[in-house]
Amino acid sequence: MASVSMTVNGKSVTGNVDPRTLLVQFLRENLRLTGTHVGCDTSQCGACVVHVDGRAVKSCTTLAVSCDGAHVTTIEGLANGTELHPMQAAFREHHGLQCGFCTPGMIMTAVDMVNRKGSNLDEHTIREELEGNICRCTGYHNIVKAVAAGAQAMASTGQKVAAE
Amino acid sequence: MTATEIGAPVRRKEDFRFITGKGQYTDDINRPGQSYAYFVRSPHAHATIKSIDATAARAVPGVLAVLTGDDLAADKVGGLICGWMIHNKDGSPMKAGAHPALAQGKVRYVGDHVAVVVAEDYATARDAAEKVVVDYGVLPAVVDMNEAVTGKTVIHDVAPDNRVYDWSLGDKAATDAAFAKAKHVTKLHIVNNRLVPNAMEPRAAVGDYDSGTEQFTLYTTSQNPHVARLVLSAFIGIAPEHKLRVIAPDVGGGFGSKIFIYAEETVCVWAAKKVGRPVKWTADRTEAFLSDAHGRDHVTDAELAMDEKGRILALRVKTKANLGAYLSTFSSSVPTYLYAPLLSGQYDIPAIYCEVDGIYTTTAPVDAYRGAGRPEATFVVERIVEVAARELGQDPTAFRRRNFVRKFPHQTPVIMMYDAGDYSASLDKALEMADYRNFGKRKRESARKGKLRGIGFSAYIEACGIAPSAAVGSLGAGVGLWESAEIRVNPVGTVEVLTGSHSHGQGHETTFAQLVSARLGVPIDQVSVVHGDTDKVQFGMGTYGSRSGAVGMSAISKALDKVVAKGKKVAAYVLEASADDIEFKDGRFQVAGTDKSLAFGEVALQAYIAHKFSGQELEPGLKEGAFYDPTNFTFPAGVHICELEIDPETGVTTIERWTAVDDFGHVINPMIVEGQVHGGIAQGVGQALLEGARYDANGQLVTASYMDYAMPRADDLPSFQVGTTVTPCPSNPLGIKGCGEAGAIAAPPAVINAITDALGHEDIAMPATPQAVWKACQKAARKMAAE
Repeated sequence: MASVSMTVNGKSVTGNVDPRTLLVQFLRENLRLTGTHVGCDTSQCGACVVHVDGRAVKSCTTLAVSCDGAHVTTIEGLANGTELHPMQAAFREHHGLQCGFCTPGMIMTAVDMVNRKGSNLDEHTIREELEGNICRCTGYHNIVKAVAAGAQAMASTGQKVAAE
Repeated sequence: MTATEIGAPVRRKEDFRFITGKGQYTDDINRPGQSYAYFVRSPHAHATIKSIDATAARAVPGVLAVLTGDDLAADKVGGLICGWMIHNKDGSPMKAGAHPALAQGKVRYVGDHVAVVVAEDYATARDAAEKVVVDYGVLPAVVDMNEAVTGKTVIHDVAPDNRVYDWSLGDKAATDAAFAKAKHVTKLHIVNNRLVPNAMEPRAAVGDYDSGTEQFTLYTTSQNPHVARLVLSAFIGIAPEHKLRVIAPDVGGGFGSKIFIYAEETVCVWAAKKVGRPVKWTADRTEAFLSDAHGRDHVTDAELAMDEKGRILALRVKTKANLGAYLSTFSSSVPTYLYAPLLSGQYDIPAIYCEVDGIYTTTAPVDAYRGAGRPEATFVVERIVEVAARELGQDPTAFRRRNFVRKFPHQTPVIMMYDAGDYSASLDKALEMADYRNFGKRKRESARKGKLRGIGFSAYIEACGIAPSAAVGSLGAGVGLWESAEIRVNPVGTVEVLTGSHSHGQGHETTFAQLVSARLGVPIDQVSVVHGDTDKVQFGMGTYGSRSGAVGMSAISKALDKVVAKGKKVAAYVLEASADDIEFKDGRFQVAGTDKSLAFGEVALQAYIAHKFSGQELEPGLKEGAFYDPTNFTFPAGVHICELEIDPETGVTTIERWTAVDDFGHVINPMIVEGQVHGGIAQGVGQALLEGARYDANGQLVTASYMDYAMPRADDLPSFQVGTTVTPCPSNPLGIKGCGEAGAIAAPPAVINAITDALGHEDIAMPATPQAVWKACQKAARKMAAE
C-alpha cells in the first residue's frame, strides 16, 4: 500500500492505496466523488477528465500516487456553491447533454479549452478540441453551441477554473 | 411560476444533477458489505468445456466464491430467453438453442460467460479470474452466414444448419406476377454493417439479498426494469416478483442495448444470495464490445420492378440476418416484424415479398439497436429507389414524389396501415432548406477545387409505439406493448407522475412534467417524475421503439383525464354545484357561468381532508392510474438530405450540409426533440462512414476498443439543419408519433446516396471509410477512362 495526499476541490485528502490505483478509482471509490465517470479502458472517451494542477487529464490513465501533492478539481468542485460555473450553465441552457454520462468530462474539457485557447472559439476549433471526448447521445451539435456560449460567459464573468 | 405550455423548449429538470456530477448511475451505487464480480470469458469463438479448475482462484486471499454453470444448474436457475416466437414458412416454430447465463458444456462466442469470481475488491476478482483454468476443446468458428448454413459446424444441436428460422412476409405470387410484366427492374446487393451500440455508460449491476425478508434487489442499467423483473422471476426463476425489486437509476444511454436481460445481471442477483453479500459488476469497455448485444448485420438482395414511367410495381427482398451465437431477448423480431413491414417505405407499392433467414454464428448475440429493423428496411428501400431513379435517368426527388403514398389511411401489402402523413410537404420543405436548386452550382465550385460533391436523399418512414398488444401478440410477441401511468396528487397540490417508461437520456423528467403542468395548470417545478423502480411503479413496459411519448405519455394523459374528472366531483361538493357544471381550465375548477371557482391545489386539499363530502359517496384522495394500449403503430416520416464533398486524393469525405425535415406529429418539447434528431443522425452517419464490428475468421472481435472501432467524434460531424412538418397522429390522444430513432433510420442511405452521387454512381459498402472511398474513386476513374 502507498500513502497519497492531495487537494481535491479545495479540501486536503489522504489515502492509503494499492500503488496501481488509478486517480479515477481514488476519486470514485475512496472519496465517493462519483461525478467523474469511466467510459472506456483505452483513454479515448474522456468521461473521466478532471483538472490536475489546472490542466485537463484523463484520470483513468493517471496513477493516484502520481498526483501526490497535486491540486485536483472534479466536476463536483466546479460550481461555486449553488451558483453554477458558466460552462455548466451553458450546457443546460443549450441542451448539451442527454444521458449525462459523458457530461462531466465534456465540461471539464471545455473549461480547459477556454483556459488554453481563450473565449472566442469558432466551431472548427471546438470540434477539433473535443476529439478526446466521445458523446453517443447528442451528435455534438448542442455541445458545440454550449461550449461556444460557455466560453463567452466565462470571459464576461472573468471566471477561471475553480479551485486552482 | 406558472404552468408550462406544450410546445415550449423548456430546459431540462434533470440537468442540474448531471452537470454538477450528482447523477446516480448504477456504478455509483455502493451497498454495505459489497463484493465485486469478474467474469471469466471464453477466449475461443467455439469450444467444448472439458473441465474448469478453480482451485488456485479460490485460494487467492479475498476471493469469496468462484461459480460456474454447474452451480447455476444445481440451483435450477433457468436460461436467458428470447421473448418473440417466429414461425418458419411451413408454420413450424423457430429453433432456439438454450442460453445459460454461465456456459454449460460449450462456449459459442468470444466473451461467452464461463465462470464468475466474486471477491472483496475488483482487482482481486480480476486477478483471481486469471487463475481459473479452463480446459477447452476448440471447435471451428463460424463467422460467415453462408458458411454457417452449410451446417458443417453446428453451433446448437437444435438447429443443424444453424438456421434459426426461414420466414417470409407478403404475397409471393402477386410479386412474381408484377415482376413478370415490369418494364424495368433494378437490382441491388446490400450489406448492412454490424454495429456495437456503445452507450457511454457501460452495463453494470449490483445484486443484493436480505436473508431476513428473503428479498432480492437488483440495481441495473436497464431501459425496462419491470420487464427485467418479469423475466428474472417468471422465466429464469431467481425469485417471485414480489420478492425481487429491480431499480434502474440514472441510465447513461442505451440505444436498445439495455432492453435485454443479460447473463451478468442474472448472475449478480443470484450470487448475492449465494455469497451472502451484495455483488457488484461493472463492464469495462472491452467487455461491452464483446458481450453487449450488437446491431444490424444483414446481407440482402433486393429487386424493384417498375413500369415504363417509373411507377413502382413490386419489391422483392431476400435477407440473411446474423443473430449471433444465442437469441437475445427480442432478437428474433428485429429482422422479421420490425423489418419487413417497413419495406413499403413512403411509397405506394402494390406487391411486396420478403424472405428472411435468421442465422446462428459464433459471434455476440445481435438484437435491437436504435431503429431495430427499420434502419435496415429504410436502407434497402432508399438505396434501391435512388439507384432506380438513376438507372431511369430521373431526378431522384421526382422519382420518389411520383411514387409517394398520397391518400390516408393507406394499407401496405406488408401489415402496416399508415394513418396520416404528407410526404410531399416534408420533401418540399427539405429541398428548400437544403437549397437544392443551387446544388449544381456548388458542385461545380467543388470541382474547381478538385473535389467531388454529392447529394443524397432519404425519405424514411418508421413504425413506432410499438403497437396494439393484441396485434403484436398475434405476431409472436411474448408481452403486450402498452404502457402504464399513475398520477399522485399530494394534499398540497404538488404532483408525482409514476411511469413505466424509463429515460436513459430522453428527458422524460422534463417532457412528462411539462405535459402534466400544462394540463393541470400546476407549475412544472411542482411536478416530479418517478420511474425506474419496480417497488414504486406498479408495472411498465419501458423505453424503446420511440414509444415513451406516443404510448407512455398517452397513458399519463389518460390518467390526467381521470384526475380532472375526480377533481370536478370534489369541487362540486365544495362549491355546492353539480359535477356536470364544473369546468376545468387554466388550473381552476369553476362553476360554469359563475365566478365561483377553486384552484387545483385547493381541490387537492379538499380531496384529502374530505370534510365536504361523505366518504361513502366519494372516495377521499386524488390519485388515478391508467394503462394505455395503442390502437395502431405510429408512423413518423420525413426527408433527410446529405450534401458532402470527397477529396479524391485521400478519400476523405466531409459532410457539408445536413438537412432533416421530420413529421413527428405534435411535439411537446422541441428542444428535446431536436436533440434526439441530432443524436440519431450522428449514429446513422457513424454507421455510414465510420463504424463496423469485424470478426476475423477465428471469431475474434478485432474491433473491441475505441482504438479499433471508430466512434463518431465532434470533428467527424457537421451542425445540422433541422425542421419539422406536422400531421398529428390520429391513433393517440396527444397526436404524437415519436422521434427517438428517426435520425439513425434516415441517415445511412442519405450518406451513401450522396457518396455514390459524388462518385458517378459507383456503389460503395458501409462504412465508407477514406480507404474505401479512395478505392471507389480509383475504380470510378478507371471506368470513366475506359468509356
